[in-house]
Amino acid sequence: MAALRQIAFYGKGGIGKSTTSQNTLAALAEMGQKILIVGCDPKADSTRLILHAKAQDTILSMAAELGSVEDLELDQVMKTGYKGIRCVESGGPEPGVGCAGRGVITSINFLEENGAYEDIDYVSYDVLGDVVCGGFAMPIRENKAQEIYIVMSGEMMAMYAANNISKGILKYANSGGVRLGGLICNERQTDKELELAETIAKKLGSKLIYFVPRANIVQHAELRRMTVIEYAPDSEQAMHYRKLAEKIHNNVGQGVIPTPISMDELEEMLMEHGIIPNVDESLVGKRAVEAVA
Amino acid sequence: MSDIVAVEEIKERNKQLIGEVLEAYPEKFGKRRAKHLGTFEESKGECGIKSNIKSIPGVMTIRGCAYAGSKGVVWGPIKDMVHISHGPVGCGQYSWAARRNYYVGTTGVDSFVTMQFTSDFQEKDIVFGGDKKLSKIIDEIEELFPLNKGVSIQSECPIGLIGDDIEAVSKAKSKEYGKTIVPVRCEGFRGVSQSLGHHIANDAIRDWVFDKKHDRPARFESTPYDVAIIGDYNIGGDAWSSRILLEEMGLRVIAQWSGDGTLAELEATPKAKLNILHCYRSMNYISRHMEEKYGTPWVEYNFFGPSKIAGSLREIASHFDDTIKEGAERVIARYQALTDATIAKYRPRLEGKKVMLFVGGLRPRHVIGAYEDLGMEVVGTGYEFGHNDDYQRTTHYIKDGTLIYDDVTSYEFEKFVEKVQPDLVGSGIKEKYIFQKMGVPFRQMHSWDYSGPYHGYDGFAIFARDMDMAINAPVWRMTKTPW
Repeated sequence: MAALRQIAFYGKGGIGKSTTSQNTLAALAEMGQKILIVGCDPKADSTRLILHAKAQDTILSMAAELGSVEDLELDQVMKTGYKGIRCVESGGPEPGVGCAGRGVITSINFLEENGAYEDIDYVSYDVLGDVVCGGFAMPIRENKAQEIYIVMSGEMMAMYAANNISKGILKYANSGGVRLGGLICNERQTDKELELAETIAKKLGSKLIYFVPRANIVQHAELRRMTVIEYAPDSEQAMHYRKLAEKIHNNVGQGVIPTPISMDELEEMLMEHGIIPNVDESLVGKRAVEAVA
Repeated sequence: MSDIVAVEEIKERNKQLIGEVLEAYPEKFGKRRAKHLGTFEESKGECGIKSNIKSIPGVMTIRGCAYAGSKGVVWGPIKDMVHISHGPVGCGQYSWAARRNYYVGTTGVDSFVTMQFTSDFQEKDIVFGGDKKLSKIIDEIEELFPLNKGVSIQSECPIGLIGDDIEAVSKAKSKEYGKTIVPVRCEGFRGVSQSLGHHIANDAIRDWVFDKKHDRPARFESTPYDVAIIGDYNIGGDAWSSRILLEEMGLRVIAQWSGDGTLAELEATPKAKLNILHCYRSMNYISRHMEEKYGTPWVEYNFFGPSKIAGSLREIASHFDDTIKEGAERVIARYQALTDATIAKYRPRLEGKKVMLFVGGLRPRHVIGAYEDLGMEVVGTGYEFGHNDDYQRTTHYIKDGTLIYDDVTSYEFEKFVEKVQPDLVGSGIKEKYIFQKMGVPFRQMHSWDYSGPYHGYDGFAIFARDMDMAINAPVWRMTKTPW
């Protein structure tokens, strides 16, 4: 048996991380891989397409109910879905209270201590929008995810986020051996999207692993709480996800230490591609009346 | 002439000693510590050292944290309120039973000082927030201890980190029970020492006690002689041996802040004719506020040793009419015999003995007079968390050539004592055994070494006895120091 692959999907909020990761993992499962999904988002929606469920019982809510995480058994929170994919959700507090970051740390420690990682080929962490604090960096710290896949698009903010996440990876690259596996562009049909995605991937010292075209069938599948792989296995979109899965599967050992760029460089790059207009530095901070004069 | 020579010699020795101590540090930190160490130059009229600055990691500072300043000092002694140590259990456990803040009352029924209430945060409280648990605790307190007059919430570090809204819980529960509930944002990581905790606690009294008085009608009848004792924590009964002197001179003490104090006393304090302030460092903030907002004047006083007591009684009396002024003289005269007897008994045994002090924010200067009344000499002193204004006030107490050390480190203090060889060190429990093992007599000057009171005339007699007991204990004749 090959060594356990620990991967994680990061990316700007709303970019389609959960959709992309679940479809890709479903495709990997089709290939015969044994998979565990660890949802690290308080919204707990990282496994709904696999389980056909609204939201599964989370580690943290169960632990709170029982008193403490020590009272919790793995089978109370681990569910099995499509093609035997095992799913757990970390869960977390409602917005505005508590510390979701600490929740991620608690959950991952619980899973490790209770042997959730035994007898599987892939662990996949699905993490919320940005690496806002130490807790959400947990999956990229020592002995956790080794390959990070950043889901992004041609939108400016998605690229900002990709760059920020790369900074997070760089921080732990030397101590924990985490690497950037590559970028996955989830098409938003913005201008020059493929070109931009390839450029930023290159700037980050990485590569664009796959360009997933936009297709309505993804929404149709989602409404049924299913992956496209399961809902329409013969569709073109399913083929795309299978190709992405294959790329990731063959990407073993190909990860790099990213080379995040400065904000200035990033803005320059966007200007070059005409995404943001050239700014006349002499006008920055000037009010309309002053600018006229 | 020989005295002047001696002082110059001492200054030279201090300079060398400080240089020696600083050599042990890496250059960068030696430079920083240099600003906290010095010798008092009477001609310059200032201590000339920096204070209230962050301690250097690794030096073993003696300081505490903001939570200690609020829960341990200001709020903890208020006896008819329940003070919740809000957060994980350790901070509450280690501050259990308070600082020997004596009180009258039935513990667990109408008084709660020596009890410990904690929300005992678990992982789930961090992750999901502790507000629901806090609400539940307040409900339980109401059920189990219905005679409590209110609750204060003393924030430990995680409360600030996870951003729990303790203010919202306080408001809701205060409305529900019609009681004072005070959220205090004294998370330990705030500020450089316990000093900020005092300030935060003072501000919480301003915002949540003064400004939020409930609809209770103020059943308070003023007299022209109403005073409030501010900044006496009644350690070993200090406030009681102070209070009797004020009462004997004709004043009415309407509040004690906060030793043996009550919520009602806090609420009544703005009606005082004069606030008399003992611990300036921990309660000058609220005194200034009451002066600005309610026009209540305040005056500092010092009840350590007969010289300072007499001076303070006259100073306090000067704010009142002749009956009180006469009262002050009457009190001074009444205790003259006790004072004389105390000095006659102990001064011969203590004359000329040298003392080094290191205490919190008041005693490093305030107790000097009491030692001098016994013929002793304070040759070195310093504050854990004093500010510039404390060091400025210190200059009125100390002699030319006194060694000054701010936020002294464990290493510095040991070296200083080793070289200066005082007859007595007065500091805290963490320092006690180090110096006793060095063969130097020691008294705890935070807790009075489980004795006290030391305030007032009665306190002075106990103080003198205790210092004699420490210094002249036969045990010291049986030890031989290795240097």
